[in-house]
Amino acid sequence: MQRIEETGRLNAGEDKLRDLLTRGLAGDEGAYRAFLQELSAHLRAFLRKRLARLPDEVEDLVQESLLAVHNQRHTYDAGQPLTAWIHAIAKYKLVDLLRRRSKRELLTDPLDDEFSLASAVDTEVADARRDLGKLLAQLPDRQRLPIIHMKLEGLSVAEAAKRTGMSEAAVKVGVHRGLKALAAIIRGGA
Amino acid sequence: MRTDDLVSMLAAGAGAVRPKQVARRHARAVIWGLLGAALLMAMLLGPRPDLATAVLLPMFWIKLAFVAGIAAASLFAALRLSRPGVRLTWVLGALAAPVLAMWLLAAIALVRADAAQRAILFFGDTWDVCPFLITMLSVPAFIAAMWAMKGLAPTRLRLAGAAAGLLAGALGALVYCLHCPEMGAPFIAFWYLLGMLIPAAAGALLGPRLLRW
Repeated sequence: MQRIEETGRLNAGEDKLRDLLTRGLAGDEGAYRAFLQELSAHLRAFLRKRLARLPDEVEDLVQESLLAVHNQRHTYDAGQPLTAWIHAIAKYKLVDLLRRRSKRELLTDPLDDEFSLASAVDTEVADARRDLGKLLAQLPDRQRLPIIHMKLEGLSVAEAAKRTGMSEAAVKVGVHRGLKALAAIIRGGA
Repeated sequence: MRTDDLVSMLAAGAGAVRPKQVARRHARAVIWGLLGAALLMAMLLGPRPDLATAVLLPMFWIKLAFVAGIAAASLFAALRLSRPGVRLTWVLGALAAPVLAMWLLAAIALVRADAAQRAILFFGDTWDVCPFLITMLSVPAFIAAMWAMKGLAPTRLRLAGAAAGLLAGALGALVYCLHCPEMGAPFIAFWYLLGMLIPAAAGALLGPRLLRW
């Protein structure tokens, strides 16, 4: 009986998240925001458990995974279990991070030890160490400006196009490619 | 940046996403790959002169079905590998079926032939160029399949690269069937397979580097 109740609860969480995502993919921005919000809590728990020895990295990786989920959201199929999709993305980013770190540590002295010992552990949401604002500055104008106008200032495509003097199609492409380029910069170890 | 700010940023103006993009992207890659291979074949090789009579022979269609079977199975694998968290299920069986069927035909042909005939059945007249011509014809499909995969979200990069490469090899071989005069089952079972496996191996080698996201 207990087991049935438990899977029931899990399914309810999955169903709710999946419903938000499905509506988000159909264009409902509020639902999509709620999806990402719930997802970040879920990702934080998932990654914290797997990065117990690197608590400083958790929030950075939560953000990286959120960006990945957003950039790759067109690969979600409504018939597919959402949890499996999310976990596969988070695990992919986790393995990528560990590979990057092991490469870096071969090259540099492990000063990191001191940092992780001294860092304050777990105030619910630790601050991410990575500053996306600074990463954004590395993008070319045709990607950075659309992201700033549309994503940070909340302008519409038409308004952002007028502001930048770009076509609406170019604004959309700029946002899309810019967010992918951000993920690539992060991956490059910035 | 705080995570809540990132969430707001990502959600702002996110808009609707066109459905079925995984299938669409691979479909486009297959079409461009076939067109590219057909163009290369027409320019560099030309169809076999006896094509009109060859299409009346069962072996022509068996060869085509063998290659098409591998193309379908590798397309199925590529579709599954381009989405995170999807199991491969019976992909391996689907890939093995056409190969095993062809090997069985090849074995029967070899057993029934005279000892002197066997080498001819196996080597044909073109064994030394066949795998390389298939590889050459698969180049456009290779680029297209890698492009498709790159825009999706493979999490097993080596396998995803191999599936994309095998798909490219099979599409190249499909077009090569229109040029190639060989009709012996042992020839097809070995040299065609080798020709398709070269792009697959290239995909497996390049996958981890090209397909990261």
